[in-house]
Amino acid sequence: MMVTWRRTAGSLIHHDEHLGAPVEITVTVNGTQHTHDVEPRLLLVQYIREHVGLTGTNIGCDTSSCGACSLHLNGEAVKSCTVLAVQADGADIRTIEGMADADGTLHPMQQAFMENHGLQCGYCTPGMVMAATSLLQENPNPTEDEVRIGLEGNLCRCTGYHNIVKSVLAAASAGA
Amino acid sequence: MTITEDPSTGTGVIGSRLLRKEDPVLLTGEAVFTNDMKVPGAFHLAVLRSPYAHATIVSIDTSAAAEMPGVRAVYTGADLADLWAAPMPCAWAVTEDMLNPPHHPIATDAVNFVGDGVAVVLADSDAIAHDAIDAIDVTYDPSDAVTDLEDALSDRVLVHSDLGTNTSYTWNLLIEETDGAVQRAFDKAAHTVSERYVQQRLIPMAMEPRAVVAIPQPFGGDITLYTSTQIPHVLKVMIAVTLGVPEHQLRVVAPAVGGGFGSKLDVYAEELLCVALSRKHGVPIRWNETRSENAVATIQGRGQIQRMELAADANGKLTAMRVRLTADMGAYMQLITPGIPLLGAFLYAGVYDLPKAYDFSCTGVFTNLTPTDAYRGAGRPEATYAIERAMDALATEIGIDPLELRRRNFIQPEQFPYEACTGLVYDSGDHDKAATIAADLIDYQAVRARQATQNVAGSTRRLGLGVSTYFEMCGLAPSRVLASLNYSAGGWEAATVRILPTAKVQVVTGTSPHGQGHETSWSMIVADKLGIDPADVDVLHSDTMIAPLGMDTYGSRSLPVGGVAVSMACDKVIEKAKQIAAHQMEANVDDLEFVDGEFRVTGTPSKSTPLAAIAFAAFTAHDLPDGLEPNLEAQVTYDPPNFSWPFGTHMCLVEVDTETGDVDVLQYVAVDDCGNQVNPLIVEGQVHGGVIQGLAQALYEGADYDTDGNLRTSTLADYLVPAASDVPPITLGRSVTPSPTNSLGVKGVGEAGTIGAAPAVMNAIVDALSGLGVRDVAMPASPNTIWNAVASAQSITTPGGTQ
Repeated sequence: MMVTWRRTAGSLIHHDEHLGAPVEITVTVNGTQHTHDVEPRLLLVQYIREHVGLTGTNIGCDTSSCGACSLHLNGEAVKSCTVLAVQADGADIRTIEGMADADGTLHPMQQAFMENHGLQCGYCTPGMVMAATSLLQENPNPTEDEVRIGLEGNLCRCTGYHNIVKSVLAAASAGA
Repeated sequence: MTITEDPSTGTGVIGSRLLRKEDPVLLTGEAVFTNDMKVPGAFHLAVLRSPYAHATIVSIDTSAAAEMPGVRAVYTGADLADLWAAPMPCAWAVTEDMLNPPHHPIATDAVNFVGDGVAVVLADSDAIAHDAIDAIDVTYDPSDAVTDLEDALSDRVLVHSDLGTNTSYTWNLLIEETDGAVQRAFDKAAHTVSERYVQQRLIPMAMEPRAVVAIPQPFGGDITLYTSTQIPHVLKVMIAVTLGVPEHQLRVVAPAVGGGFGSKLDVYAEELLCVALSRKHGVPIRWNETRSENAVATIQGRGQIQRMELAADANGKLTAMRVRLTADMGAYMQLITPGIPLLGAFLYAGVYDLPKAYDFSCTGVFTNLTPTDAYRGAGRPEATYAIERAMDALATEIGIDPLELRRRNFIQPEQFPYEACTGLVYDSGDHDKAATIAADLIDYQAVRARQATQNVAGSTRRLGLGVSTYFEMCGLAPSRVLASLNYSAGGWEAATVRILPTAKVQVVTGTSPHGQGHETSWSMIVADKLGIDPADVDVLHSDTMIAPLGMDTYGSRSLPVGGVAVSMACDKVIEKAKQIAAHQMEANVDDLEFVDGEFRVTGTPSKSTPLAAIAFAAFTAHDLPDGLEPNLEAQVTYDPPNFSWPFGTHMCLVEVDTETGDVDVLQYVAVDDCGNQVNPLIVEGQVHGGVIQGLAQALYEGADYDTDGNLRTSTLADYLVPAASDVPPITLGRSVTPSPTNSLGVKGVGEAGTIGAAPAVMNAIVDALSGLGVRDVAMPASPNTIWNAVASAQSITTPGGTQ
């Protein structure tokens, strides 16, 4: 039996019409204001990486499962692959590039990851640091179990989480 | 417990927990992964992939896609056929008559797995390229797919009909003192066990999917390939061969690489496509893999059915072993697909003193599934799983404690170097020590007592204690051994140590780290040797223009081969510096010693010259000994005389809820002896990560295909890479038994955790359920699988019982 396979109906072919006109958004990223015209379908993570040009926020999946793209949106960690850029219009965003001080001093969470070997390949690390700092804002003195549950939306393939958990607990002790 | 102190030649750097140099750029987002590169004018490549596991391509209509705004080109396999000088490479023809059907980056007439490339689009953005592949019409004529290994062996349906069979090869290793020794041992055995284990397919899921950027120089002819790979050096050679690109004009760079675990130890279609099409179009071409593409288009690991037979005497001492493997190659051979199960062939006897009565055979078969290849441990976790599970089965058969059975069979410390029945020589080991440390940490006897109390009739929360020991074949590899296995490359590693005029040091290594911390560890080796601060050492790697020679990173080889090469290059550069020092100090070379970063006249420590002064003198070259070349630089290419043999014992304590099938890992203890440790912080990190990957095979992960060959676990929402909340903390014990075969006494540790973990966890689960009649549980041991295993055992052991 022959089967002709086209993955979508023809609607997407004329994508300019289908996707609508670009929308102007203004966001503040790490203290700097940016204004761009973006496609309505553009994800926030793509906006940050491709339009703002900050590539520390990584993409690790297409199902909002891995958390590599976590950043702070109005002070709270979100997976930036699950937010449209247009939804972030007017928002205050902090990415991994905005965590260390301008003089090069690492954020206490970054320092804790370094001191406790909480990273290996480093690909999940920016998202992990952003999620962990947000976790400590909500719960400054978590138990080990609370750290493990609090980070369950962020996957790491290298560390087995042992030293990530240790890092976050150390950062909490240091009052990060 | 006895712990051998790490030797240090002076500064105490080696063996210290130095924080990693790699971390600041990774922690701040400054590191550049391939996908982060900003490349003006690049075309974005997207691949249309087959939705069928097995079909003939009847026709492809690319016209609608080609007309879309922003689309630069659309190609089918037929359009690209002229670009390939050779099929995609397989470097390991394991037998003379191995069948290896030609495999091109894009299929032409037929597709053989879901994910096989059918057409490519080049466009101005990734989004446009993906829109365009959706607009390509392909007419397929689908046929039945081969998705089951035993079905594949039957040749009911042929993956590649022109081959006439699905069997690619059968590889045998029969070691007998005298003819028929294996069968005689089984005939005479007091105890035998015959077990069947399934190594489910695993998806490596490095957190960074693959990414490729190829940048041509249209007029000069040079081309640079940036790719998320473990093997820039091997890749350069293979691309030159496959595309006919002059190798000297090809530069391959692995920028920051977000994990590999074997999955980036390969030559991939998209790398070849980007290089070939960037040459054709004269513009940069880039490709980013999506996660769901990664699940089907990047290799998978494991995929074996193992039959394991042990013969033992009345005391449980092993007398013979028979291993029969059926190994899933997938639809095609990737770089070292056929050799992966054979890397385990030498390890089925584990840490045990098996006489020359070993019969191993492996049959590699094609299926209509994603190709398999190396995944963390590559053949060695599979071997360890089989022997360690079978040892537990044997202990049950004999009625003795599984740790006691292991102790009766351990190769003893005084037997090293130990010539195994396979002919390979194990460098060093102390298995009883590792087992004792692990048993003490988990409080073995107390746990057994708790089990006796808790696992009583009617108990629905049962304790299980699992033991696993292992020997690992690392330090790949002595080139002559690779030759004897018909592998098409050597196993050496190159290093250059260059002392700059200001006494800062550049190290060039042929290893290609992607999370292992080589920059830190190699700096420590050099700092220790040269008596300098590790901060004054820069380690250059992963760029074939900067580090032209190398065999890259896999198989826990980097430290025992590459690190040792760095150490040897330090020795060589010190020897040269010593000649200059002797000349300037007007002393005899033989009267000089190099201590704490300076040359001293033996017996007259007040007379000394620091290395820094010699470095500057070598640079100015004003006053060098006659015939000595200026500058301080030494290069070494080191071919190891033997593999290195890390070993260890893992123990796992679980509580299994027999009503829900849920497993709670209460404690996990790992004692991994990797010889001397350059940086224990990094060693521990490697073990932690490895253990969780092994535990994940036992409890969570498995590539789940339907009978049509569709992958049902193609996203991270479906494929259960564990999160922090899914895994236990790990207790590490320390045992250090230096390797006598290299000057650093190191063995390698990248895969150890993975190798020890799966059998420890599964032995624990089976141990917990053994009182209910359960003898085996399949991996991954999901609650459903466990519940069914219990129900089925109960219906057998309780006549008339119902499930």
